[in-house]
Amino acid sequence: MAKTFKGRPVVPGKATASALVTHNGFNTLASFQKALMFKDKDAKCSDQNNPDIYEKPMHGAALCLPQTIGSTTGGMVIYCAAALGQQPACMLFARPIDSLAAAGAILADVWTDVSMPVVDGLGDEFLAYVKTGAKVEVKEDGTVIVE
Amino acid sequence: MAKMELTPEQQAILDGEKGEAMAKVMKTLVVYGETFGASKMVPVTSEYGHLVTSFGLSVMKPVYSLMDQLISGGALAGQKFSVDPRPLDKNVPSSLLQDLVFKFMYSKQSDYEEQLKTLGLLNPDAFTCTCYMDEVGNKPKKGDVLSWAESSAVVYANSVLGARCNRNSGILELFGSIVGCVPYFGLLTDEGRKATWVVEIKTSKKPEAQILGSAIGMKVMEDVPYVKGLTKFIGTELDADATAYLKDFGAATASNGAVGLYHIAGLTPEAVELGEKLIADGAKTYVIDDAELERVRASYPCIWKDADAKPKLCFVGCPHLSIKQLHDWTNALSGALEKAGRKKVAIPTVFTSALAVQAEFKKTPDYQKLLDMGVTLSYICPLMYMNNPLCGKQPVITNSNKLRTYTSARYHTDAEILDLLSKGGN
Repeated sequence: MAKTFKGRPVVPGKATASALVTHNGFNTLASFQKALMFKDKDAKCSDQNNPDIYEKPMHGAALCLPQTIGSTTGGMVIYCAAALGQQPACMLFARPIDSLAAAGAILADVWTDVSMPVVDGLGDEFLAYVKTGAKVEVKEDGTVIVE
Repeated sequence: MAKMELTPEQQAILDGEKGEAMAKVMKTLVVYGETFGASKMVPVTSEYGHLVTSFGLSVMKPVYSLMDQLISGGALAGQKFSVDPRPLDKNVPSSLLQDLVFKFMYSKQSDYEEQLKTLGLLNPDAFTCTCYMDEVGNKPKKGDVLSWAESSAVVYANSVLGARCNRNSGILELFGSIVGCVPYFGLLTDEGRKATWVVEIKTSKKPEAQILGSAIGMKVMEDVPYVKGLTKFIGTELDADATAYLKDFGAATASNGAVGLYHIAGLTPEAVELGEKLIADGAKTYVIDDAELERVRASYPCIWKDADAKPKLCFVGCPHLSIKQLHDWTNALSGALEKAGRKKVAIPTVFTSALAVQAEFKKTPDYQKLLDMGVTLSYICPLMYMNNPLCGKQPVITNSNKLRTYTSARYHTDAEILDLLSKGGN
């Protein structure tokens, strides 16, 4: 049965994709490092410290996360991933978005033509409910439907 | 999201009066600020900026193209800036094949450095993650508002120096230096600097800075911790030993988590000034004892192909070493080698620090002593070195939790590193 969650659209937009869920903080640099280096179109996650998503493809996924952590290259990395066509379909934050992820999402929105909706504040229940592989639909107003 | 109130000058830039590139820079900062509820921009008051992106990685074309847009649009930095360490140094051991890969990987290095020069690079040697060292000279004052990135430098500037800086992303930090203002929210505000965690240190001995920082970073993520019980181990003065400890501790909190500011009761400037008034209502508690540090350390995965392989390289200095740390490591290593009956290190070893710090260190007899032990002194970023897939496959050891987090390097405590360098072994 589908369940609906309501968050804040940081970068409004529509998307439908399969969920990729990390319960740990998403280390942006560690996760995208190898994908950027080796032009991996699937953008398989290279963060060995994150068993939830290690080696799973991030490109085109509905990335569900608490927040991002790690290096302050994080925003630039999200921007590069978007500009190179390796970005997730959308980023869905359980917690309020952090400054690095927000920078990346906004850089991608202002400086590229890519559409990558970003919603934050979906709550801990969202992250507890959504499972990797579930179909997720994102609406312009920040509504997220998990099937 | 509520709209930010801009000054007429800021509004004019947003409206395109200084060109399209400047308008996009301002738009990015305004949307960014409004996302966090900032009501206004505040002036950047530090003398210099600091950028995180130092590497001309060939795959980072979008960054270089954005830089070109800024330069051609006249959007240059209003303040000079230092930058993170360079990715390459011919003195660091590497094979011919590894060199070939480096050449390909960082083929944009000289082009990118030209862009940095045009945009406002402080000087040709201003490449270090520890720009706040006295010898380097980019040391903000208490209360200064910064537009910096580099997680370890931001957390140090906020916590140890009492400056005010959000955890800005690469590119965003340059935008703040270009327009001379940053959105007022988060760690720039008094409220945002309050601690939402109280960390109680109950260990039987001085905790390893790198493991303690890692434990706290993983627990509090981006929140502000107020750490009690550490001064009995590191003292109540921000001297060379304490600041070096806090540099490494902070880098681990910021890379294993997302900490941008910590307070150490009885030691860091705001904790000394305000004490427990810095603790927010409802703050959570995290108790750290010997068992907790051991649990955290045991959670670090080893991704070497052969977990028992003999290390081929050792990096010490991520973040870059202070001059006191260079002296301390030189003398500790010398003592350990003498005890083991060796003259040179058993594993090729690289100590990294800022060029300006090295210049001072080279004036002392310890420099020759270090060279005589077979140690390489470099300005490199070890993380950038390890990004070379051929280097990443090597069994590399380090005392840096940051390097461990981002690469295949295996973490060892300082004492274990000394043991391995003086006796060899796995």
